[in-house]
This record gives sequence, C-alpha cells and structure tokens, in this order.
Amino acid sequence: MAVLTDRPAAAPARRNERAARTLATRFLGYATLVFFGLVFLYPFVIQIGNALKTEPDAAANPLSPFPDPLTLAGFERIFAGTNFPLWLGNSLLVTVLVTIGRVFFDSLAGYALARLRFRGRSGLFAAVIAVMAVPGVVLLIPKFLVLNQLGLYNSYAGLVVPLLADAAGVFIMKQFFESIPVSVEEAARIDGASIFRTFWSVVLPMAKPALITLTILSFQSSWNEFPHSLVSVQDPDLFTLPRGLADLVSGSLGKGTQYPLKLGAALLATIPVAIIFVVFQRYFVRDANDGSDKG
Amino acid sequence: MATETLTAVATAGGAGPRRSRGGIRSNENLAGWLFVAPVIVILGLFLLLPILMALWVSLTDWNGQGSPFTGNVPFVGAHNYTQLFTEDGLARRDFMTSIRNNIYYVAIVVPAQTVLALGLALVVNNRMLKGKSFFRSAFYFPSVTSSVAISVVFLFLFANSGAVNALLGFVGIDGPEWFADSRGVLHLLFGAVGVDSPPAALTDGGPFGLTWWDWLAGPSVAMISIITLVVWTTSGTFMLMFLAGLQNVPVTLDEASNLDGASRWQRFRYVTLPMIRPTMFLVLTLGMIGSWQVFDQVYVMSQGDPAKTTLTPAYLSYRTAFADFDYGSGAAISFVLFLIIIVLTLIQRRALAERDTDRPRRGWWRRRVPERS
Repeated sequence: MAVLTDRPAAAPARRNERAARTLATRFLGYATLVFFGLVFLYPFVIQIGNALKTEPDAAANPLSPFPDPLTLAGFERIFAGTNFPLWLGNSLLVTVLVTIGRVFFDSLAGYALARLRFRGRSGLFAAVIAVMAVPGVVLLIPKFLVLNQLGLYNSYAGLVVPLLADAAGVFIMKQFFESIPVSVEEAARIDGASIFRTFWSVVLPMAKPALITLTILSFQSSWNEFPHSLVSVQDPDLFTLPRGLADLVSGSLGKGTQYPLKLGAALLATIPVAIIFVVFQRYFVRDANDGSDKG
Repeated sequence: MATETLTAVATAGGAGPRRSRGGIRSNENLAGWLFVAPVIVILGLFLLLPILMALWVSLTDWNGQGSPFTGNVPFVGAHNYTQLFTEDGLARRDFMTSIRNNIYYVAIVVPAQTVLALGLALVVNNRMLKGKSFFRSAFYFPSVTSSVAISVVFLFLFANSGAVNALLGFVGIDGPEWFADSRGVLHLLFGAVGVDSPPAALTDGGPFGLTWWDWLAGPSVAMISIITLVVWTTSGTFMLMFLAGLQNVPVTLDEASNLDGASRWQRFRYVTLPMIRPTMFLVLTLGMIGSWQVFDQVYVMSQGDPAKTTLTPAYLSYRTAFADFDYGSGAAISFVLFLIIIVLTLIQRRALAERDTDRPRRGWWRRRVPERS
C-alpha cells in the first residue's frame, strides 16, 4: 500500500486519471460485494420471514422478508404436530457422542502417528490418507451391510459408532502434534510420566487450538449428517433432525404446501450451526485453508 | 514432512538394537498400536470391510432377506455389471440416464462454482476494500449449513409461487414450474431455433440404449434448480481455497507488472492465474469428485423426478437397493461410481504432486522480483 501511494506520479493529469480509476474500481468492488452478499444471505432472510408468515401470505409474497400478519402458528405446529422434539433430542445425543469420540480417538491416533515410534507407523499413515479419499456416497449400501451383520442396524449404536473416528480429524491432529517441540515431552518422560500420562496431561492441553477446530468440525458435520442416518436406521423414533426434516418434506406432508412449517423446522435445524459459525468463524476458515494444503 | 522421514529412518535403523535397549522403545511400540487401535477398528469396520462385503454383494442377487453371506443367495457373477452396460433394458436405460444427467450436472456446476469462487476471492482479496471479512463469512456461511435444511429453503425459492418466479415476474418472464418441468434446456434451445422434432438420425439409435436425441437433452429445468443450489452452497468453500492461493502471490510481483504497464486483465492472465494454477487444479478436481456424489439435494428436492431427469448414479444406487431391494445392482452401480471417482482422485493426486514441484519456481520469482523494482 505504502509503496503505491508514495510513488510520485508523472503528471497531475495522470494522477487524476488514476484517482478516478481507483474510485471506479472501489465502487465496482463494493457493488459486487453487496450484490453477492444479498445473493448468499437473502435466502436465509426469506426463510426467517416466511417461517413467521401465514400460509397464504407466504404463497402470495415469497420475496418479502416481512410477515403480514406475523404468526407463530408454523412453529406451534412444528412442536405440536411433528416429531421435532424427538429429532432434536436424537440429534443432540448423536452429535455430542460423536464429537467426544472423534476428539478423543483422533487425538490419540494423531499423537501416535506424530510422535510414537512403532512398527508399521508410516504404512498406517498412508492408509489414513488413502481412506480420506474414499467417497462417502458409494459407501451407503456397504455401511448398511456391515451394520446389519453386526446387529447394529436400527439402533443408537448404529447411528453413533461408525462416525466415532474420521481420517481427516486424525490428519489435523497429527499435523498439530508435529508442531509441538519434542523437548516438552522429554521433560515429562524424564520425570517418569507414562506415555499416556505425557499425552494426556502435557501434550493434549497444548493442543487446544487444534482440539477446538476438531470439536467444531465434528459438531458441524455430525449435526448435519444425513446419508448415514438414512442407511443406519429405519425406525422413526431414531430419526435425527436432517432425517426428520427430509421425511417432513418428501414424505407424509407432500410437496408444495405448509411452507411456514417446513421453513421454520429447517431454520431451527440451522440455528445451532449458525451460532457456532458466527462465534468460531476463524476455526472454520482455518480448516478450509488447511484442506487446500493437505497432500 | 522432513521430521517424518527422519524419524522413519531412525525407526528403520533402530530395528536391531531396539530389543536390547528394551524399556522405552518396546513400550512405545505397544502404546503406539494401542493409541491407534480405536481408529483402526472403526475405520476398518465401517470403511474397508464394507467395501469388501459390497463387492461380494454386487456379484449376487441378494434381495435383503437374511444374510447375503449364506449359500442360499444366488451368485450371478458379473451379471449386475453387464446389465448396466450391455443388456438392453430398464436397468441400463435408468443407469445411462443417470450418467447423462450427472455429466450435464458436472459440466455446469464445476465451471460455474470455480468461476464464481475465483471472482469472489479476487474481490475479497482486493486491498482497497473494507469490511471484507464480513462478506467472506457471508459467502462461506451456506457451506457450513445442513444440505437438507438448505434444500428445504430452495424448494420454497423455486416453488411455482416462489421467490425465483416472483423475481422473474418483475422482468416480465413467466417462470416455469421448476420441479415439474422435465424438458431439457438444450431441447428448449433447439426448439427456440425451430428444431422441435428431432431428425430421424438422432432418434434411431445411440450409444448404451439411449438415443442421440436423449443424450443431447441437456440438464432438465428441474435439474437447473438443483445446480443453482449446489453452486450457491459450494462456491464459498472454494473461494476460501482461492483466497489462500492468492495470498501466496507476492504483492511486489503484481506491482512490478503494473509498473511495466500491464493492464488489469493482463496482470490477471499472465501473473495471477499462473501463480494460482495449483489451487485451480485442486478446486477443479475436488469439484468434479464432489459433483459425482450429489445425493442429499436429489433425495430432498426431487427424488429423481420429473421423468428421471434429476436421477444421478448415487441416488439411483440408493434407490435400487433400498426401495427396489435389488442390493446386487445397487452395489454394482456404486462400484462403477467408485471407479469414476477414483480416476478423478488419481488425477487430483497427480496435480498435487505437480504443485509440489512448482514450489522452487515460486521461490525463484520471489527472489527475482525485488531486484527489478
């Protein structure tokens, strides 16, 4: 910046021209930002507005963010007429268990792969990387087969256990543990701490930023998880929020009607992730950039 | 990476004396395996074992009753696969229709999301604009929300009396019934220039049981709404990747070319674009891999309708198995899809390897440029 402005311009005329061009560029830049800002956020505004409308109002003025009249009828029907509370409870349970499991198991494995010298380590790491490339969608039928064979189909265990570890999380933790100086552990070892003790009380507390990242990512992905619940349970009592929502939209209530209700339910499913996103934005951004750097 | 190779060498070299030193090293060996055991068990049980089991099922006619691993299940060999490619019938027609739909889907989604993501990244990366971090978050927000919840919102946006048609109404366009319209957009374009009924040459035959006319349909109007949704949700993620790539372009390089009299477009074309080529390759291949897996949106918004024009291989494989109880065919479809995606992943790996060899050259630029300016 400084270099640009300090540079002496050849002639005042050219300076004026450049200033005008800069102004035009800036205006164009803001115009683009605002336009796309609307494109990316207005659907959510519409969602909130229409969730609070009456059915005919939503059909007549879909673009307007202002309900006229404002009504909570949609939300009342969500709680009284659907299994929403049940889905919410299931989602919370699954998300909490999956997140705890992932943070613990991925850290353990990440630490071992980063620090412990054991036979087969590099082979294992290569396997973890390879597993990251397996496309989730082609595993739908296979996962159902295994859950069925293990007797986990249609159970909370079937919803939770397969998600308890993920290769990407192991990768994130391994990268982080490698950045911690070895000398820290050596001191603990010399004091006679066991390997697990060193990991648990010395290294893990230092890995807070990575743990937060992993917690947030696990929360976000297990809260939003849909295909897995599709093939691991069939019993409506075990539906999670996305599953219940999908059932609500494509199932019994049919298409084209009840929009305030459906938008409201979708809104409630979005709120927890939205809050986490607003509060912990930089951790999301960090992950996306890490992703572009992984090899 | 360097430390990893070092320790790998150390482990290999220490294989002999390890036992004699005893204590700590053998301890580490045991602890290492204990530490990774939970992850190995879970990933092995729910990622690797399933693939092998499904490979077996794809060679059978299992209908979901009982276990697929007993002698009662009819073994059909490669029949489920030949059915998809060589035998004239509903299975092949549906599969090829889904492949056609997905090809058009990829052909639009990948370029659109890449261009949009790069454009947004360039604007957000502009040093002269304030408030960029707000907009960066705004563009990225859709990517972190639930695909199901967002699909519900887009069902409303694209409804007959929805926001999109209301917007189109402002400019005097009568919007279509998005999710009921199975007409292909290329067919509509042909129609606009007067080619309403296909020439006989196009309806008489074509590869894999679909006529040339069917292959040339283009994405249906219904598919366009799914494409819009996906481009809208994924651009934010790719924008962040481009942003990371752009931050690697040294500012001095841009300024130097500016001094040399290069226009904005020239600087983009000859300075920025070559510098972010590795990111570009990454975004393109990740985009392709993701686009072949489209599932959630199809499940929620259209279930393959209307007239099978939003059917994709991923959704077809699910439907074949869990709705038609033809697990063998379903598994075979997912393996063909697996193959497509693996090929794309290998391309990506090669691109990444290429990126690593790019690094020295980037350093070379960095050292050069200050000398010139």
